[in-house]
Amino acid sequence: MAAKSASGAPAPGPDGGTSAQTGLWAWLNKRLPVAEFLNDQLTGYYAPKNFNIWYFFGSLALLVLVLQLVTGIFLTMFYKVGEASSFDSVEYIMREVDYGWLIRYLHSTGASAFFIVVYLHMFRAFLYGSYRKPRELLWLFGMAVYLALMAEAFMGYVLPWGNMSFWGAQVIVNLFGTIPGIGPALVEWIRGDYGIADATLGRFFALHVAALPLALLLLVALHMVALRRTGSNNPDGIEIKEKLDPQGKPLDGIPFHPYYTVKDVVGVGVFFVLFAIVVFFVPNLGGLFLEAPNFEPANPMSTPEHIAPVWYFTPFYAILRAVPDQRMGALLMFFAVVLFLFVPWLDRSPAKSIRYKGLPSKVALTLFAVSFVVLGYLGLQPAAGLYVLLARIFAAIYFLFFILMPWYSPLGAKPVPERVVYHAH
Amino acid sequence: MRTELKRVWQAAALVASAVLAGGVAAEEAAAAKEEAPKAGADWMHWHANTSVTDLASVQRGARNFTSYCLGCHSLKYERWSRLGADLAIPGELLQKDLMPPGDKPNQYILTTMPAADAEAWFGKTPPDLSLMARARGKDYLYQYLKTFYVDPTRQTGANNLRLPATAMPHVLSELEGLKAAVFKDVTKSGEGGQATREQVFDHFEQITAGRLTPAEYDGFVRDTVNFLDYVGEPTQAARRALGVWVVLFLLVFTWFAWLMKRDYWKDVH
Repeated sequence: MAAKSASGAPAPGPDGGTSAQTGLWAWLNKRLPVAEFLNDQLTGYYAPKNFNIWYFFGSLALLVLVLQLVTGIFLTMFYKVGEASSFDSVEYIMREVDYGWLIRYLHSTGASAFFIVVYLHMFRAFLYGSYRKPRELLWLFGMAVYLALMAEAFMGYVLPWGNMSFWGAQVIVNLFGTIPGIGPALVEWIRGDYGIADATLGRFFALHVAALPLALLLLVALHMVALRRTGSNNPDGIEIKEKLDPQGKPLDGIPFHPYYTVKDVVGVGVFFVLFAIVVFFVPNLGGLFLEAPNFEPANPMSTPEHIAPVWYFTPFYAILRAVPDQRMGALLMFFAVVLFLFVPWLDRSPAKSIRYKGLPSKVALTLFAVSFVVLGYLGLQPAAGLYVLLARIFAAIYFLFFILMPWYSPLGAKPVPERVVYHAH
Repeated sequence: MRTELKRVWQAAALVASAVLAGGVAAEEAAAAKEEAPKAGADWMHWHANTSVTDLASVQRGARNFTSYCLGCHSLKYERWSRLGADLAIPGELLQKDLMPPGDKPNQYILTTMPAADAEAWFGKTPPDLSLMARARGKDYLYQYLKTFYVDPTRQTGANNLRLPATAMPHVLSELEGLKAAVFKDVTKSGEGGQATREQVFDHFEQITAGRLTPAEYDGFVRDTVNFLDYVGEPTQAARRALGVWVVLFLLVFTWFAWLMKRDYWKDVH
């Protein structure tokens, strides 16, 4: 359909019809391929009809990205970057800017919500093999989004210049000092000073509000273009493009719009209910989303009782602390993230979806999910006694999930059906 | 040093008695119907049990703060006018009863004690209390104000269970009276099976009575903590009130969205 309009024929309207060929709409489409774009992206894009609840989180991640950009822009209007002004300006926003507290809580809760939906989105990929051929590049772009998001979140966390901002930055930036040879010089280069200071805060602000959001937008765009090329995977892990009707449309596919747009709106509604409950009633979420020590200004002379990053980094933080040698710990933490990149080639199962994989794959994925959550919990606790032992055990499970995947993933796979399983409600 | 401290004490006591004389005690008694916790070793589990929606309590807390705390502590993020508006205190009363003479309503609530003097007297500048309830929690503040005890080894003559070796004198001793902390020896098996003897707090003993009964003092502390909780996030009551409507709207929205989805999906088989 897109090819047809490109060859000069009137562009179809967003409903796929040709009713809107006159007036402003026609004028516009002669000059800008609006109808074509909408058709390519929404009405002419066929998605599998058997999406389940796991398929809400991609669109929700996009929603949270927009929310963070919009609230971030408003925060920037009153936030004053600088050692002497950052903390005060955040309190000014919280107290004296009209609805500043709402904007700030939307932004701080949005940061955590971003990671929640992204982690669930990634888990969906593990469940149904969404990273498998031909979607390897889609997966890699997604991982690049995740890495950019981690940097974005870390730098954003430093900006309120609370005491945990300061000490969190101290710990994370010092990790680069463990790199042999260039480490100490690299740390100084990142900070722009001999300690976490005004120069550090200034560059983190620049990166947080300009460089990284641009990178995120570009990577998200690439992620979505790649998705449009391969089409979505589905809970059965079957390529719907292989079974077409006489018109050349997938038998098991339905147009993204209106079917998945109306469905995603329901997901957005449920998400916003939960989101609003946090924003309006428990914005700190017991210290998980906003930590108490961060309501004290940054103080290089006073270390918080125990330094813990925000919950979304704690699985990796637990791995870091599980190793007695700091350099080895940092290396393992690095691998804990990097290993995700290789999953498309580590998974050798004939079936994509967990539905048709063997018992070993199911057990491994369950153990991995459990170890990720447990490590996340342990990263919030002091690194002492039993906690360290547990962190070592679950870190081992975490790494074995990836390392042993080529061997356990093909075991016990069941035959995959020809068509997707779908029961109309 | 000693004499200076004594002067601070005397000044505090003077201000205190002046304020309390004004029929304050009667209000206190009404507020403190809740029984004060027993003076036991369980002080770590004492809860402030306050609510910023209890406007009368927050108002009393504001009065307590300006009478007893403002001499040393600021609320540098809160303006007098904001305090008056949020706590429904008319401007006239605000200026007459709470604001120090010379302050303007749009000014921030700042102590008049010079920071350099404070540091010379106490060893450190008394911290700003705007965010103390958020940084430490209101239970912490409650426990702190309730666990002062006489300790002649301290320069201020007072020590604290919640924050041992605190630099703050027991400013409220005039209200609470003086109490001693009774410790008991406990034998513990330390590392390597060695028995170690430790001094563990057991209970408080009232030495002299204060102007308030224990129950009244408890109410006084709760009100003050409640006020600091309010100052920590002045919008919190409005936040929750607005949240109810937002969540209700979103539930209705989601329900309609669900109806629409169900209708569209009828033709998917």
